[in-house]
Amino acid sequence: MTDLWSSIPQRGRVTLLVLIALLLAAPMALDRYLISIFVLIFYYAYVGQAWNLLMGFAGQLSLGHALYAGLGGYVAALLWFYFGIGPWLGVFAAVAVAAMFGAAVGWLGFRFGIEGVYFALLTIAFAEFTRIAFDNMPFTGGAGGLFLLYDAQRSHEWWNLRGGPLLFYYIGLVLAAAAAVLTAWLARSRIGFQWLAVREDQQAALALGIDAFRVKMIAMLISSSMTAIGGVLLTFYYNNLFPTQAFDIGRSIEIILAPIIGGLGTIFGPIVGAFILTPLGEGLIALTGSLGIDAPGAKAVFYGLTLMVIITLRPDGVWPWLKRLLALTEVKS
Amino acid sequence: MTSLLEVEGVTKRFRGVIAVDSVTFEVPQGAIFAVIGPNGAGKTTLFNTIAGMFAPDTGSIAFSGERIDGLAPNEICARGIARTFQIVRPFPALSVEDNVIVGALLHRRDVGAARQCAQALLRRLDLFDKRRQLAANLTLPDRKHLEVARALATEPRLLLLDEVMAGLRPTETDRMVATLREINRESGLTILLIEHVMRAVMALASRVLVLDHGTAIAEGTPEAIVRDPAVVQSYLGAETE
Amino acid sequence: MNLAIVVNVVIQGVLTGLVYGLMALGLSVIFGVVRVINFAHGEFAVVAMYAAYVLFVTLGFDPILSLFPVAAAFFLIGYALHALLINRFIGRSEHEQFILLVGLAIVIVNGLLMIFGPDARPTNLPYSFDSYLVGPLFVDKARVYAAVGALVVAAALFAFFRYTTTGTAIRACADNRTGAAVVGLNIKRLYALTFGLGLACVGAAGALLVPIADASPLLSQQFTLLAFIIVIVGGLGSMAGALIGGVVIGISEALASLFMAPSIKSMFSFALLVAVLVLRPQGLMGRRI
Repeated sequence: MTDLWSSIPQRGRVTLLVLIALLLAAPMALDRYLISIFVLIFYYAYVGQAWNLLMGFAGQLSLGHALYAGLGGYVAALLWFYFGIGPWLGVFAAVAVAAMFGAAVGWLGFRFGIEGVYFALLTIAFAEFTRIAFDNMPFTGGAGGLFLLYDAQRSHEWWNLRGGPLLFYYIGLVLAAAAAVLTAWLARSRIGFQWLAVREDQQAALALGIDAFRVKMIAMLISSSMTAIGGVLLTFYYNNLFPTQAFDIGRSIEIILAPIIGGLGTIFGPIVGAFILTPLGEGLIALTGSLGIDAPGAKAVFYGLTLMVIITLRPDGVWPWLKRLLALTEVKS
Repeated sequence: MTSLLEVEGVTKRFRGVIAVDSVTFEVPQGAIFAVIGPNGAGKTTLFNTIAGMFAPDTGSIAFSGERIDGLAPNEICARGIARTFQIVRPFPALSVEDNVIVGALLHRRDVGAARQCAQALLRRLDLFDKRRQLAANLTLPDRKHLEVARALATEPRLLLLDEVMAGLRPTETDRMVATLREINRESGLTILLIEHVMRAVMALASRVLVLDHGTAIAEGTPEAIVRDPAVVQSYLGAETE
Repeated sequence: MNLAIVVNVVIQGVLTGLVYGLMALGLSVIFGVVRVINFAHGEFAVVAMYAAYVLFVTLGFDPILSLFPVAAAFFLIGYALHALLINRFIGRSEHEQFILLVGLAIVIVNGLLMIFGPDARPTNLPYSFDSYLVGPLFVDKARVYAAVGALVVAAALFAFFRYTTTGTAIRACADNRTGAAVVGLNIKRLYALTFGLGLACVGAAGALLVPIADASPLLSQQFTLLAFIIVIVGGLGSMAGALIGGVVIGISEALASLFMAPSIKSMFSFALLVAVLVLRPQGLMGRRI
């Protein structure tokens, strides 16, 4: 851990500390609405980081990550709804279920050599299959949705994720930070190198003794587990779940936007991406709302265009470019 | 002298085309063994079969007395056989050093230790100064060196080199030959190489196998091989009367 | 459940499947030659649906006939799209191309949402509710016309690739890109042409779908996935495979709709996709990749 910290240049360390201090103190100056925006930023930074491990490092394109977020959310929500089991415990079951599904997808894909776009389609198929299944299962609330009642008496129970945006702000911040630290640690570890090798050239990696199946599976398990935790968080934040939303491919695409735009395979990419996209997206909605324009798809069009522009002009993402820019000024001074 | 690698009656077919036809040979421990032959003779297919990319249709391959035919490439590497590719395959987005670290991590859990091993190998193969460059930016001779360094990092007992001299100028070839000879002498590493560059074969190999159209047509010392009429006819070229 | 109903449903499935097959044909052609995964495929199909719908509502054009102007327009759009944008992505990593088209898909579908709103737009044609009586079976006229249209376009495409010089040149590109360049073929132009043809198929399919389905932006995602499933089941790179795959999927969805709830009919298609990916990735007719 200490050499992780010392590997960051002095300037970077200072910036990081300042930012963390700002983020810790920010809620004192922000109103409820802005705090809720930050909750979303932290959520997308977190799940984006989880997806980044699988794609940016292990090189496997999953377009069905909403599956794990949705499963995580539903398992924890159902345990609370039917048995009163709080999410602090339910999260373990949520992670277990999501990891099982991740293992299934991984096993099918990696064992049978389903790669690239085909693997992406496999992940989509699993997510869609689950969505339709949940739509038709009454005990999950079906298409009508599952609602967690908000009981004001219990609003202090932070371990049950009962609380206002402020609670979720800090939990989100902790998760996003932890994810970044985990990614940084994994990136420099043995498996981090092995992931990159498999991503770059699987045949060559095999020839160097790397068990590609095992290595990819580990990435899948970590990624799906992490995403499930994010799903639990979001579910208890919104207090409702609908299969069409939870497992929808739109959600899966939302998860991949921040890491792609921020920078695949980097540690701060998903965070930078989330900090750019979420405020702009919400800002756009606020803008069109205040101008009186009813444009239900405007935010999505914006995201789509951003995606296209970034992938065309800066496929490595904003963060590597930003880093170079900042490093430039560092050298000059 | 014990045999490190025993290939017996190995045949490999691709949809009706027989690429390797009942090839049998043994590679003694510590030897440098060359496989030569015209293009399409089945040399790379033979290599790929030994390295585990596919299983032979018939026959067996034994390494250090244990059967390895049918094992996956990574399992074969874990047992001590490393290989290079005919068209080099560096990890383009990784640095030279990181490329070799990947190899070194096979037998080392700690990245720091792997880095030290990698740096030692890079020094040996004249790549230490370029260790921070991206592999994608290297020249061809340097990529070949990298490929060898990376393979050596896995601490093999047998190294399969697939046309490692191709595309190198004579001086570079000599340098590579010298390096390989040195490694073989110092650590006793057994080398099995496919080569077209006869200069390298003559300088390195203690034994040569000649393939043509999938079959072994001759085996022996380099001096004997170049005089063998069948070899001369099929590959080396007959002298005009 | 008597046999006549089942046979009816199967025939509906075949006819609809042929139109889906035409849509998938466009995808197969694009992927088989240009090797780009067009994730915006379904979105283009829905744009075509709206185009035909608008032509019908404003000018009274029969959607089946409007397949011609729509296909032509889409050919131009496809050509331009490739030449101006997608061409820059040839040779870049697969996921970058993919993401570009995902972005485009998002823009298109939400653009449609903003223009037309989410409500489905039915098209009421004079023959919308007519059927042919074939023995004991009732066969929707609309579906028959659409299927015939699909076959006509597919046949035209087959003929183009088989019998024209340009078509042969395109096939050469698909087989061996470097070789094609070496003999002097203008790869960039041929790719753009192919992309145009692929989108023309989608355009035609979209127009043909109008008598059968109600235009809605929400269909686009479904169509994209359907096209991919068909192409994979039928076999990537095989034109006949796309049509056959379309028919197979059409039948399976129709039967699933009949014997179980319509809402879960896609589950079968997804299950089939997974099965094909795992067991026979080259699909029914494709060559091994």
